[in-house]
Amino acid sequence: MNSNNSKNDTVGVLGAGSFGVAVSNLLAKNRKVLLFTRRQEVADEIKSTGKIRGMKMDAAIEPTTDLQLLSNTCKLIFIVVRSAHFREMMKTLSPLMQPDHILIHGTKGFDVALSESELLDDEHIKLSRGQIRTMSEVVLEESVVRRVGVFSGPNLAKEIVEGQLAGTVIASKFDEVIHEGRKALENPRFKVYESYDVTGIELAGALKNIMALAAGALSGLGYGQNARSMIISRGLAEMAWLGKVLGGNPQAFMGVAGVGDLVATCSSELSRNFTVGSRIAKGEKLQEILSSMNDVVEGLYTVKIVNGLANYYQARAPITQTLFKVLFKDMPIEEGIDYLMNYPIQKDVGFL
Amino acid sequence: MIQEIKKWPIVKLTQDREAFLEEVIADSIKNIHLRIKRNGSVHKEIEKTLYFEKIRMSEKPWKVDPKDETPYWNSIKTRLLQTALEKEDSEIRLKNESEITENIVNRYAHEIAGKFDIGTYKLAHNVVPMFFSRLLNTAAQGNFFQRFWSSSHRLRSRIYIKGNIKHIRNLANKGTLVLTPTHFSNLDSILVGYCLDEIGLPPFLYGAGLNLYNNRFMGYFINRLGAYKVDRRKKNRFYLETLKSYSRISMIRNCHTLFFPGGTRSRSGEIETRLKLGLLGTALDAQLYNFQNSPEGQAKKIFVLPMVIGYHFVLEAPSLIREHLKRTGKEKYYIDRDQFSSSYKVFKFMWNFFGKGSRIILSFGKPMDLFGNYVDFDGKSFGKDGREINIRKYFLTEGELKSVPQRDFEYTKMLSDRIVAEYLKTNMVMSSHLIAFAAFEMLKKKFNADLDVYGLLRITEEDREIPYQQFAETLERLRTRLFELKAADKVQLAAHCEKDIEAFIRHGTRNLGLYHSKKVLFRNKKGNITTQDMNLLYYYRNRMEGYELEGLI
Repeated sequence: MNSNNSKNDTVGVLGAGSFGVAVSNLLAKNRKVLLFTRRQEVADEIKSTGKIRGMKMDAAIEPTTDLQLLSNTCKLIFIVVRSAHFREMMKTLSPLMQPDHILIHGTKGFDVALSESELLDDEHIKLSRGQIRTMSEVVLEESVVRRVGVFSGPNLAKEIVEGQLAGTVIASKFDEVIHEGRKALENPRFKVYESYDVTGIELAGALKNIMALAAGALSGLGYGQNARSMIISRGLAEMAWLGKVLGGNPQAFMGVAGVGDLVATCSSELSRNFTVGSRIAKGEKLQEILSSMNDVVEGLYTVKIVNGLANYYQARAPITQTLFKVLFKDMPIEEGIDYLMNYPIQKDVGFL
Repeated sequence: MIQEIKKWPIVKLTQDREAFLEEVIADSIKNIHLRIKRNGSVHKEIEKTLYFEKIRMSEKPWKVDPKDETPYWNSIKTRLLQTALEKEDSEIRLKNESEITENIVNRYAHEIAGKFDIGTYKLAHNVVPMFFSRLLNTAAQGNFFQRFWSSSHRLRSRIYIKGNIKHIRNLANKGTLVLTPTHFSNLDSILVGYCLDEIGLPPFLYGAGLNLYNNRFMGYFINRLGAYKVDRRKKNRFYLETLKSYSRISMIRNCHTLFFPGGTRSRSGEIETRLKLGLLGTALDAQLYNFQNSPEGQAKKIFVLPMVIGYHFVLEAPSLIREHLKRTGKEKYYIDRDQFSSSYKVFKFMWNFFGKGSRIILSFGKPMDLFGNYVDFDGKSFGKDGREINIRKYFLTEGELKSVPQRDFEYTKMLSDRIVAEYLKTNMVMSSHLIAFAAFEMLKKKFNADLDVYGLLRITEEDREIPYQQFAETLERLRTRLFELKAADKVQLAAHCEKDIEAFIRHGTRNLGLYHSKKVLFRNKKGNITTQDMNLLYYYRNRMEGYELEGLI
């Protein structure tokens, strides 16, 4: 086999949520795609209608429920499943993986190991970095795969499916992973940037979901552009600060996976996190909102984890911690805003 | 084992010396050109080397340096000047430059090479344990003349070797071993050599610091026991590539290799957390070579064998920790006086060690492949899920078995992380380390708000007291946590850790106090725990770094 052949290799995608579908459509512009879903009815729907949940599927995408087939056919696999299921999924995938597989994930969240007495809903829970794994760390821990990467950027699923302009950054320790990922993803309307800072990119992607929730809440209360820009810039400062505490390089937060993704999700009704924030502000209960949405809202889980991390490291994370109280401890949202407006941080850029 | 001496790869290497060195030279030249192609020119590289060698010769001359160095480098200089007159990229110039390259590499390769001498080996094989044994029996029983020939004290009871020896022996037959011990003392290499011999393994190839050769007696022996010379003063590309080729080719030739991946002795007393990647990387190259040049399924595998050496007290501890503080503390740390090592000190150390019933523990970690997977008795690799792994596939890129330097460098970094993690798991906690940790951390907590570590090291003797009861309670908490960690296979505990707390503290203070002139920890007249030397306390405390025990103080 030579490098020319790899152009024809089929690429695997795990996860048929809306982002998984978007990524499959992107990949289908360059390669044949095998899309894994656990649910037979989803596979059947795609096969018969060429659509899923109203989103159009490229003809080069073939749905499958056979994980073995996928791992035998594809050396390059993209994983787009929710973070809370990531480890479990890796455990299922692991027996099928070989040392020459390349895994690139697009999951924006954390994996957390709790002891029996620890509860994520506990406001005062303390979580150390040792209890938290990023998704690439889960891959390395659970499987024989070493060549792992992450992609992250302003990638609202609906816009991607429509073929609008967008871009991403692929980060990996391995040049090979970056190059393979780029060859599979890039097209004239989708630009790929490169980075070696895997942890930084993963942190940026996960942490921005928190800010999207907050931005949504402000928007739901009817605040305008000034408030939104405040939350974006102060949110970025908080993200970079937390990222630093967790061992990331703040540089990653300035790129497409940081500011890029942050601005997109803090401004768009297409973002699930933003939508949840907005509906909360309008007085709906969290449970009602969640039961009316069929996709995962990563930010909610991330808020709980980061709240615990901030407790452990005594890090200043006013937005995250206030959001935690508003979402899970019934703090009235106006009280939360008062708290933030009076929070004693005076320095503008103290995080670089 | 010793009957088969002629079959040992290390013996064959010496018999086949010139052919081996030719291979080393060819490999180095290939790699030098590969590297230079990426950045820079051969001409500049030679100039740079010449410049650094001149500085080394004038500023750091050693007894062991060859006499013809100055004329040699002068001749290189002359040739380089002549070459410079030719046009760049002209054929003559390129030819000249590659001749000079070959000439330098050839010189370095011969300088590095050691030889293995069967006679010397047999002598050492018989004499060293005897010497240790005499010393042990004499020192342990006081009356020199009566006891010199007694053998009631067994060496094995003092130098305690832990690990699955049968497994290691079997792997030595199946593939090539790379032994990577932690490094705390200059005695390490002697102890490891003794240990390998004791468990019935052939001698390992070992890169010994050239400074050891300044001592003629030492030099005579190690040079004939398979050691090759590593000159840490030479950092030029030609030298480093030759050194790496030497290691790479000897692993390809199935020579078991020993190196201390931390590079030098741990200054702080901590177990190494950052390893040198250069030599470690040559193991990966050798493994790839084996896969490329053998039919599938028959390639020799290279196995990594981490090892942790545990001393209750370290001979060089005072100077090591002083150097560490000097490096990290800059102007914050004041040195009051200097101390130097001598043969007398080594002897005194041995005497105390053997005479007073202390122990040294050499523990082997679980053998791994180069990707950090554990291997079974026959050397097969297994993943976390119990599935056998074909590690050959790690070298496949675009479906081809090939060298990809950037990929392999990342693999090397991952291996280094695995070795470090394995050190922590393999480390055997000794009473001395744990009581030092408890005492230091308790003092730290007492002054937490006001003092950083450098300030803490300078507190007065009155401030260093810890009430005994409180000390014992803290230790009990730490021990409980360590037993939990041991149950989860995250650390090992020496047998004496099972003692009741009073006896445990006595054991620790006694062992810490055997050698150093100032008492590291003791009970004063009031019955409280205190120290005469904060620096040493800090040094021994650091051995427990990495287990997140601070929260229990």
